[in-house]
Amino acid sequence: MTFQSGAKRDFQVVGKRLVRPDGIDKVTGKALYGADFSAPGMLFGRVLRSPHPHARIVSIDVSAAESLEGVKAIVTGWDLAEPEDEAIRDIRDNCLARDKVLYDGHAVAAVAATSKSIAKEAIRLIKVEYEILPHVTDVDVAFRPDAPAVQEGRSDETVPEESSPNITRRFEFGHGNLEDCFAKADKIVERSFKTAATHQGYIEPHACLASLGSDGRGELWCCTQGQYLVRTVCSEILGLEASQLRVTASEIGGGFGGKTTVFIEPVALALSGKAGRPVKLVMSREEVFRASGPTCSSSIDVKIGMTKDGRITAGEAVLRYSGGAFPCETVQFGSQAAFAAYDLDAVKTHGFNVMTNRPKEVAYRAPGAPMAVYAVESVVDELCQEFDLDPLEVRLKNAARKGTLSAYGPTFNEIGLMATLEAAKAHPHYSAPLGPNQGRGLSCGFWFNFGGNTCVSLNINSDGTVGVVEGNPDIGGSRASISMMAAEELGVPYEKVRTVIADTNTLGYNDTTDGSRVTFAVGLATIEAARDAIKEMCGRVAKLWGIDEEAVIWENGCAKPASSNAGDFEPMSLADIAAIADNTGGPIAGHYEVNADGAGVSFGVHLCDVEVDRETGSTQILRYTVFQDAGKAVHPDYVEGQMQGGAVQGIGWALNEEYIYGEDGKLQNAGFLDYRVPVASDLPQIDTVILEIPNPGHPYGVRGVGETSIVPPLAAISNAVCRATGVRMTELPLSPARLQKALQEA
Amino acid sequence: MKMIPVSTRINGDEREFLCAPDETLLDVLRDRLGLTGSKEGCGTGDCGACSVMLNGRLVCSCLVLAAESEGAEVETIEGMAEGQVLHPLQRVFIEKAALQCGICTPGILVAAKALLEKNPDPSETEIRYWLAGNLCRCTGYDKIIRAVQEAAAEIRRLQP
Repeated sequence: MTFQSGAKRDFQVVGKRLVRPDGIDKVTGKALYGADFSAPGMLFGRVLRSPHPHARIVSIDVSAAESLEGVKAIVTGWDLAEPEDEAIRDIRDNCLARDKVLYDGHAVAAVAATSKSIAKEAIRLIKVEYEILPHVTDVDVAFRPDAPAVQEGRSDETVPEESSPNITRRFEFGHGNLEDCFAKADKIVERSFKTAATHQGYIEPHACLASLGSDGRGELWCCTQGQYLVRTVCSEILGLEASQLRVTASEIGGGFGGKTTVFIEPVALALSGKAGRPVKLVMSREEVFRASGPTCSSSIDVKIGMTKDGRITAGEAVLRYSGGAFPCETVQFGSQAAFAAYDLDAVKTHGFNVMTNRPKEVAYRAPGAPMAVYAVESVVDELCQEFDLDPLEVRLKNAARKGTLSAYGPTFNEIGLMATLEAAKAHPHYSAPLGPNQGRGLSCGFWFNFGGNTCVSLNINSDGTVGVVEGNPDIGGSRASISMMAAEELGVPYEKVRTVIADTNTLGYNDTTDGSRVTFAVGLATIEAARDAIKEMCGRVAKLWGIDEEAVIWENGCAKPASSNAGDFEPMSLADIAAIADNTGGPIAGHYEVNADGAGVSFGVHLCDVEVDRETGSTQILRYTVFQDAGKAVHPDYVEGQMQGGAVQGIGWALNEEYIYGEDGKLQNAGFLDYRVPVASDLPQIDTVILEIPNPGHPYGVRGVGETSIVPPLAAISNAVCRATGVRMTELPLSPARLQKALQEA
Repeated sequence: MKMIPVSTRINGDEREFLCAPDETLLDVLRDRLGLTGSKEGCGTGDCGACSVMLNGRLVCSCLVLAAESEGAEVETIEGMAEGQVLHPLQRVFIEKAALQCGICTPGILVAAKALLEKNPDPSETEIRYWLAGNLCRCTGYDKIIRAVQEAAAEIRRLQP
């Protein structure tokens, strides 16, 4: 697909800070989220979860629960169907265990009852006999050939023989001759790093309302990042036809990747099918932590060579990620992203996915990239310290640019890394003075971005207003940005456009809201749908005027003669054309369907100042600035919001957040009190600098902006802490206890 | 389980309901009274999404038993705007993009309003500490803090 790239365009709507259309509903409490729906005759569901990290289910006795008054249905894993696809079978087994429970919190059975308290009581009455099996929760222990097997027979052909049974897949990326290029280095640093699993931490727990009839027709309302994905997975797991299961996405209370799968939806459907009544199922926060998907924990070895003038000669990394108790491909993204910011003659990454008795991983903002980039950017920083070189100059010297053969394969087109680094260098933050126990760190960050399957309908209403129908839940202002792009292309005021999010039966398939794809791909499809409608309108006007279709152009929201040669006609506005549509051929609409390519990679640089309290080991963020290439910022407020929000999630990952498992294999901090996400008083203002290096793959130059911002904070903070204290930390999070211990040992 | 009759005034309206002894005020607001604007993010008082005013005090409604609200005045997000007129905090939150997904927004607005009623001119630090019990995972708090500052300034201008 080609567009006039680079052409400077004078935007009328795009780039303005306009009020979002769903704002009033969301500040008045009217917006309906996953748990806010009810239905007549609705039952309340509840899930029984395993107290053991690894055990065989010997028997499940539901008789006492069944005879409790008010209990209307009980289901176990054996009530679900047999999907052909292995990945969907894994999702099914994660929703309700069959033979074995694979982690503390794994769902075993579920009930539907007339009240929440009866459902709670019924769960207590279900008797499960377990045969306890040895467990493993640490990625390095699970990597050993003699480790307890989480599942047998899940390794594919990429895994060397005699490896641990928990290694499911091996990835390899890179180019060049490592040996020769390491030989050119004046210094080679090798370090090993560990990062804890973190949770997306969306404030809205998973919630759904399901209704399934005996005729196989179902309705499902749920908070999800992708209603079409929910339909696909649930219909397979329930043995339904996709057309018969209509899924409607509620407003979504945060996802960050964590709502790109299902946990409770098939369970609620199965309960509803059995009971013949609608069933509402809502996770508690404890269930969210124990049984929804956190990110991978990781163990990473990095080796980098540098010349004394700061040229990186070669880089290599081995990445071991654990995506929990099932095969997981996230380490692939980490292996690809690790060295993406650098232009290297020789680079190689080896990635392994390792199963552990932990919840099944789900995507979390730039999945796999933050920990890989943390490890690489820590070693680059150490080399800069070794040679007493300016860390920004070293990044500039080695930065990937247009024409760079990337570490993961493709050759980069127009990318914004150099411009982003230059902006950081020129910013007053970079040269501001620091006090005692303070340090400044920086890191680059990268995300691929994604396009994907997209379908948009755009309707011209008879009163001259416009309805856009798209299929991606609005997770942070996308209704506004999509409406803005429609208004821009059509030349009508923003207020004339209303964008709604379709259910699965109202519009064709759309990929999930992930990979920073919506503003790019849905925006692209909206612009093309608008062009389709414009073509139709110009055609009708040409007929009215009795001239060729090519002789009519669209400008500033009006059809006009292309030139004076075409004839002397009064321009007709969109509203004029819409008003007489009945007489010119009927309703006017534009459509566009695409599997969008050309998303355009995204780079960012973060600068961070910290102060470390040597006595307590606590780290205070003093100043933070995010520099990121947005291609074209459609709605700058929400671009900044993505940059700030991602940075703060990364700050949490660096300083506080971690899944803590005991020797018993149980999660010890399944709540917001003990799993501490950043709160307002932990943070300074997060300053932002948006760069706009247009993406040639989008008509307005848009790149996704959602993911890159979580990547740099881990290394930026760890590097800052090192410069404040002289201690290089190789394990995250840098919780006060861990840092205090390291400072005492130093 | 014997139900308990409770009479309250919610957002100025008299409301009577029956509740079980173990039901929270949040359960009753959401499940019995249809006021789903207050959200349950944790059920343990850690996230602040269920913040309401109870007799003029800011509370997590998930930590209050519904039966405790007998005779009480309860204010929720649904009562914050006066008819069609948004409270300045609500309006500025929209104008300044202080929400992304919006799930924490009702609780943060209720908490911020309580702050400004106590302290019409809070410093940035005071706002950050007051809102430390309200988790937001989308915004990094930056635009929220700025919006509260701006709304506070506007309210001060209107009520000298």
